[in-house]
Amino acid sequence: MKGAVLSIGFIPLVDAAPLIVAQEMGFAAQEGLALNLVRAPSWSRLRDMLVFGQVDAAHMLSPVPVASALGLGGAGTTLSAISVLSVNGTAIGVNAALAERMHAAGHGFGFDDARVAGNALIAAARGPLRIGVPFPFSMHAELLYYWLSALGLPAPQGIDIRTVPPPLMAEALKAGDIDAFCVGEPWGSIAVEQGAGTLLLPGKAIWAFAPEKVLAVRDQWAEAEPELSARLIRALWQAGRWLADPASRVLTAELLARPEYLDLAPEIIDRSLSGAFTISPLGVQRRVDGFVNFHDGAANFPWRSQAQWIAWQLAARTGLDRAEALAKAAHVYRADIYRAAMADQGADLPGASSKIEGSIESNTPVASDLGRLFLDRDVFFDRRIFDPDAAIPEN
Amino acid sequence: MGVVPIARAFRVPSLYIQFLAGLHEWMIDLLSIAVVENDKNRADLIIESLNATGNVQVNVLSSSNNLAGEIHECNPDIVLIDISNPSRDTLEALTLATGPLQRPVAMFVDQSSESLTRVAIEAGVSAYVVDGLQPERLKPILDAAVTRFNMFNRMRTELETTKRALEERKVIDRAKGLIMKARGIEEDAAYALLRKTAMDQGKRMADVAQALVTAASLLS
Repeated sequence: MKGAVLSIGFIPLVDAAPLIVAQEMGFAAQEGLALNLVRAPSWSRLRDMLVFGQVDAAHMLSPVPVASALGLGGAGTTLSAISVLSVNGTAIGVNAALAERMHAAGHGFGFDDARVAGNALIAAARGPLRIGVPFPFSMHAELLYYWLSALGLPAPQGIDIRTVPPPLMAEALKAGDIDAFCVGEPWGSIAVEQGAGTLLLPGKAIWAFAPEKVLAVRDQWAEAEPELSARLIRALWQAGRWLADPASRVLTAELLARPEYLDLAPEIIDRSLSGAFTISPLGVQRRVDGFVNFHDGAANFPWRSQAQWIAWQLAARTGLDRAEALAKAAHVYRADIYRAAMADQGADLPGASSKIEGSIESNTPVASDLGRLFLDRDVFFDRRIFDPDAAIPEN
Repeated sequence: MGVVPIARAFRVPSLYIQFLAGLHEWMIDLLSIAVVENDKNRADLIIESLNATGNVQVNVLSSSNNLAGEIHECNPDIVLIDISNPSRDTLEALTLATGPLQRPVAMFVDQSSESLTRVAIEAGVSAYVVDGLQPERLKPILDAAVTRFNMFNRMRTELETTKRALEERKVIDRAKGLIMKARGIEEDAAYALLRKTAMDQGKRMADVAQALVTAASLLS
């Protein structure tokens, strides 16, 4: 197999782990690849690096390729998601004043029930809630809108979602520029460490199987380099499987902590990998199983219905035609490319490329190539479901 | 400029009207530019080069937590920001502005000027422009900014190269010391050994030295 060097952009976050592990643990080398990992200072910078060909592929927020297909957030070039890098992995936190009012009103910070936590948050709010997210097109923003509007907070009047770069999140909370945040780890834990915030909920309490980061490439690159993209998909799948093994945890935290990657203490990184969270500056502990998922339940499979759920939410909020948005989003998550790459690799592939999002209450066996595939629980906290094929726009 | 008395202007009303029209045109032609830059020296240099392009009004903003609010307040036609500034993501949020008084802002990616955008990106500056601004009006502004940012980049690269060379020198010195001590040889011989090992392994001397220093710290 011919050796090839691929430049891949990433943002220093725990969920960049599959890329870092693929390179450091030799899974890329097994596929004849060397990954030149390029750290980017912001999501917009990373998207531009990808669009203008400064990198071949990028660690990307799951809604960004969908938004670009809908003509939102001007990137100019259409992007494809050829694999899902991670499922879940975000945390919602509140400032000290909100935490105190919620405590006083009897909220127990159980860190598990989205309905209880959301109602307590809404009751404690004074005026519109100002919530920081890393980027306007992010699963963070989508989960917040979905969660709070389902609980009766009118969007956008009652919610003021603001973009704050993750390293500035704790500072913005302290300065009083935002009341709450939703951010990827380790930045939620860092806000707790700095005494600025209390964690309220893991993102997975809102949607149990939310695609968080994808591997994004330029459409043209995917078409022109089917062999390279297949090798990359396979290397990342191997890395995800390695990450899913609990025995890999300590080494993962050490790898990610290195100066060229996250450049942060391994103890902070380990919290999201182990699910053992310190949620308040007073040291209150909470456990979350599967806080971030790199492998289980066909986590890497880019479901068409995931892209369409995102498109549906974006269209509803920005006033785009929803039927048109569903049609445009149908080709953004490339199940076809993923399937071709993973055929005969021992990975079980689902029979279908679209599912009814939110319909799986507990891990369920599904029709698959090898007949051994279980899909993980994927319910929304309010038990609504999203069937892209039956989603007729309301008038 | 005083107001021309009507009686005297009576003979040349057309001139007066032309003057008013000219004044109006001058006012709408004034481009308002916001530069997001925390470093005051850099900001001053950018302002200087932008002012040289003519009819512009430049505001400098620092990338605080309330950047979006500050930009709404000064309502610029163009926002210039260092491409590596993490606060760029805050500007992306403005592309979704849908309020009646908010002007949609987009990163300057225009099909007809893709080369201009590429040049800007390579120089390390990104421009956000309001909807409908003519590319030909943006060009001189972007050209000036690109020249300035190229200079900043050069300075930054030179500084980094110097810093790295210094650090590598330090590591090589430490490795040399370790070899001298372990083998009881002179400095020149230790250096020659380090260089030969690097050449034999097809590696940089600094990398071989780093490996030795790391190994030694593990063993001591």
